[in-house]
Amino acid sequence: MLEVKNLVKRFGALAATDGASFDVQPGELHALIGPNGAGKTTLIHQISGALQPDAGAIVFDGHDVTRQGVAHRVQAGLVRSFQITSLFKPCSVRDNLVLAVLARREGAPSWWRSARADATAHAEADALLVRVGLRALADRLAGELAHGEQRQLEVGLALAARPRLLLLDEPLAGMGPDESARMVELLQALKAEGLTLLLVEHDMDAVFRLADRISTLVGGRVIASGSPAAIREHPEVRRAYLGDELEAAS
Amino acid sequence: MAEIRSLHHRGLGRRTWVLLAVLAALPPLLQAAGLEFYTVVATRILAFAIAASSLNLILGFGGLVSFGHAAYIGLGAYTVGVLMDAGVTSAWIAWPAAMAVSALAAAVIGAISLRTRGVYFIMITLAFAQMFYFLAVSLKAYGGDDGLPLPQRSVIGLGAELKDDATFYWVALALFATVMAGLQRLVNSPFGWLLQGARENEVRVEAAGGRVFALRWQAFVLAGALAGLSGALLANLNGLVTPHLMHWSQSGQLMVMVIIGGAGALWGGPLGAAALLLLEELLSGVTLHWQLGLGALLLLVVLYAPRGLAGLGRKARRA
Amino acid sequence: MDWILITEQLLNGLQFGLMLFLLAAGLTLVFGIMDMINLAHGSLYMVGAYLAAATAAATGSFGLAVVAAIAGTAILGMALEVTLLRKLYARDHLSQVLATFALILMLNEGVRILWGDQPLMLNTPAALSGPVELLPGLHYPAYRLLIIGVGLAVALLLWVLVTRTRYGAWVRAGASNRQMATAMGVNIRALFTAVFGFGAALCALAGALLGPLLAVQVGMGESILILAFVVIVVGGIGSVRGALVGSLLVGLVDTASRTLLPAALRQLASPEVASNLGPALASILIYVLMAAILFWKPRGLFPAHG
Repeated sequence: MLEVKNLVKRFGALAATDGASFDVQPGELHALIGPNGAGKTTLIHQISGALQPDAGAIVFDGHDVTRQGVAHRVQAGLVRSFQITSLFKPCSVRDNLVLAVLARREGAPSWWRSARADATAHAEADALLVRVGLRALADRLAGELAHGEQRQLEVGLALAARPRLLLLDEPLAGMGPDESARMVELLQALKAEGLTLLLVEHDMDAVFRLADRISTLVGGRVIASGSPAAIREHPEVRRAYLGDELEAAS
Repeated sequence: MAEIRSLHHRGLGRRTWVLLAVLAALPPLLQAAGLEFYTVVATRILAFAIAASSLNLILGFGGLVSFGHAAYIGLGAYTVGVLMDAGVTSAWIAWPAAMAVSALAAAVIGAISLRTRGVYFIMITLAFAQMFYFLAVSLKAYGGDDGLPLPQRSVIGLGAELKDDATFYWVALALFATVMAGLQRLVNSPFGWLLQGARENEVRVEAAGGRVFALRWQAFVLAGALAGLSGALLANLNGLVTPHLMHWSQSGQLMVMVIIGGAGALWGGPLGAAALLLLEELLSGVTLHWQLGLGALLLLVVLYAPRGLAGLGRKARRA
Repeated sequence: MDWILITEQLLNGLQFGLMLFLLAAGLTLVFGIMDMINLAHGSLYMVGAYLAAATAAATGSFGLAVVAAIAGTAILGMALEVTLLRKLYARDHLSQVLATFALILMLNEGVRILWGDQPLMLNTPAALSGPVELLPGLHYPAYRLLIIGVGLAVALLLWVLVTRTRYGAWVRAGASNRQMATAMGVNIRALFTAVFGFGAALCALAGALLGPLLAVQVGMGESILILAFVVIVVGGIGSVRGALVGSLLVGLVDTASRTLLPAALRQLASPEVASNLGPALASILIYVLMAAILFWKPRGLFPAHG
C-alpha cells in the first residue's frame, strides 16, 4: 500500500534521511523502530507531507504522492497522528471530532447550513467516540483530559479522516502501564478492523506484540525489514541497539 | 476549571424581532425627545458595527490579527466618492462597487499576507494599509490630505431620500440586520467551525484535510467587502472622504471595538462599536482629555476582561 | 543631480537611520527577549523629546536637556514595565498590541495635559548651529554631524555590550531561549526591567537629538514607530545587528527617495505627476522594500532564533 523509495532529505550538510526504502503491505501493522537520532520523525514528516524530500519517491496506493501536500494525502487516505498531542484544547471532545469530520469532507465547506445540526457529522463523531473509547468524556474539555485520554482523542481525530493507512507517531509516548494497555487494545482493535497501520514507537514490548513486520531505521537508512523474529535476530539491528532493549523484550 | 469554548454561537432567537423593532423605532423616539441629532450618531454606530463585525470575523473568529482593516473602509468610501465625482450617484451602483473594490483589494492583499504568520502578518497588513493611505494623500485630484467632499448623498430611488436622516438610519439598519443575520449563519456553518478550529489549532485542521489557507482567504475577502459597505455608508454620513479613514489609528480603533465588544463573540462588533462611539460622545462632552479615560478603559479591558462585553454577558448568565 | 546633493542625501539618510536604530534596537530587544510587541515605544521617544524641550527651556542648556530626557524617560519606562507591561509578557500578541495602544492614547493625552497642544520649541545648541565644510564645496550642518557621531558611538557601545559583556551574554541567551536562561540562573525579571529601561533611554536620546530637527508635538512617536517596526521586521526580530542594518537601509531609502524620486520622476514625466506621485512613492517604497525582503527572507535578514 505504501512504498518509500530511496528518500533523501538534507538539512544543510546533515542527511537526516539518507536513501531510506521500505514498504507497507495492506492490512498489516508495520512498526518503524530505530535509536534516537535515526531520523524517524523526519521520515514521518515526509511520508505525511509536512516535509518535502530532496530526492526519492513516496508511492501510496499506486499513486506517486511525493509532491503532494498534506491535505491531498489526507484526502487520499494517508493520515497521521501526532507525537505531541495536537487537539482543539478549548473545545469539547465531541466538537474536536466533529471538526475533524468536517475538515475531511470533500468540496468547499458550506457557509449556510448549521454545523451543530449536521446529523451526519455528529453521527460519525459519535461513532468515533465509541471506537476510541471516549464516549463517557464526550462533553468534557479536550484540554482537561488525562494524558492517555488525550492520546486516544488524538487517534480519534486521525481516524476521522477515514484513513486507509494510519501513520502513528509514538502513540504510547509518556503513558503509564494502564494507559499503554488501553492504547495497545485500541491498536489491536483497529488492526482487526482491517486498517493498515504504520507505527513509530520506542516501546519495544508493544512493538513486538503488535507488529506484523518491523523496519529498523539507523542513520537515515532502513537497515532491516522483516518479521519481529527476523528483526530480533538481525545482527545489525542488535548492534544498533546494543542488544539491551531487544533482550529485555524477548 | 477552564471554560469550554463553544463553536456554536446562539443568536437572540425570537428576541431578534423585538430588538429590531426597538431599533427601528429609534428615529421617531429621538425626534419626540428633541434629540434628533442622535439619529446621525446611531447611524454612525450602525456603520461601524458592520465594520467591526467584519474585522471580528477574521480577527475574533479567525484569529488573524489584521492591523490594516481600515484600508478596506477607506477604499469603499473613496469608491463612492470617486464615482460621485464622475457623475454616478446611484447607491445601487456605487455601494456594490464599493464592496467589489474592497473585496478585490482584500483578495490581493490576503493572498500575499496570509502566507505569513504572527507579527509578520500584523506588519504586512499594516504596511499595505499604509500604502493605500499614502496613495490617497498623494491624489491631489481627489483632495489629497483634505479629502473629497460629497455634494450629496447616494441616490436610492424608490421614493426615498437618504438626505433624510431617519431614512438613512433605516437603510443602515436594514443593511446591519442583514449582515448580522448572514454572520450568524456563517459562523455556525461548517465554514465557520473550521475557521474557528484553525484559530485554535491550524496544524490540526490542515492534518485533518482542511484547507486552511482557502478558508482564511475567503473570510478575508468577505470581511473586506463588508468593510467596503461600511465605508460607503460612512462616506455618505460624513459627506466627505479623507485619507484619515485609512489611517492606522483607525485600524487600531476597529481592533479596540472588537476587543471591547468581545472577539469571537457574535455580537462583539456591534457591542464594541456602540460602546466605543457612545463612550467618545459621553466623555468628549465631559472633558477635552477623554482619550485618557478611553485608554485607561481599554487597558482595564485587556488586562481584566479579555472576553469583552460579550464575555461579561456570558458570565452573568452562568451566575 | 550633482554629487554634492547625493552625498548630502546619503549623510541625511545615515543620520536618520542611526536615530531609527536607537529606537529599533530597544524595540527588537524587547520583542526578541520578552516576545512583546510594544506600540508605546514611540511614545517614550515623544516623552524624551518633551522632557528635553522643557529642560532646555528651563535651563538653557542642551546638554542638561539630553541628560534629563534620558534619565526621566528611563525611569518612566522602568516604572511602566514593573507595574504594567510585565503582565503582558504571557499574553498573546493581540492583547499586547491593544494594551500598548491604550498606553499610546494615555501618554499622548498626558503630554497634552502637561504641555498643551502646540508643538514645543527645541533649539539646536548655539555652538553647533553652523555648517561644517567636510570637503571643498560640501557643507553639512554641524548638528547633524553630531547626531551621526552619537549614533555611531551608541552602535559601538551596543556592540560591545551585547557581544563582549556578561550582560550581553544574558541578553542574547534570553533572546534565543528564555527558559534556558532562567535555568542558568539569570535573574530574568531584573534583566527585563533593565532592558526595557535601556531601550527607553535610547528612545529618549533619539527624541532629544531629533527634537531640533523635527517638531516636538503630540503624536510624533507614531510615524517613527511604524518605521521602527519595519526596521526590526526587516532586520530580524531579536537581532541588534539586524536592527542596525535595517535602520541604515530604511533610513537611506526613505531619505534618498524623498528627494531623488521626485527628481527622477521629473525627468520621466510631467512636473505635476512628479510632485504628486513622488512623495507617495517615497512613502510606499519602504513598505515595498519590506515586502520584498520578507518574500526572500521570511524571518528577516538576521533572525535571532536561527
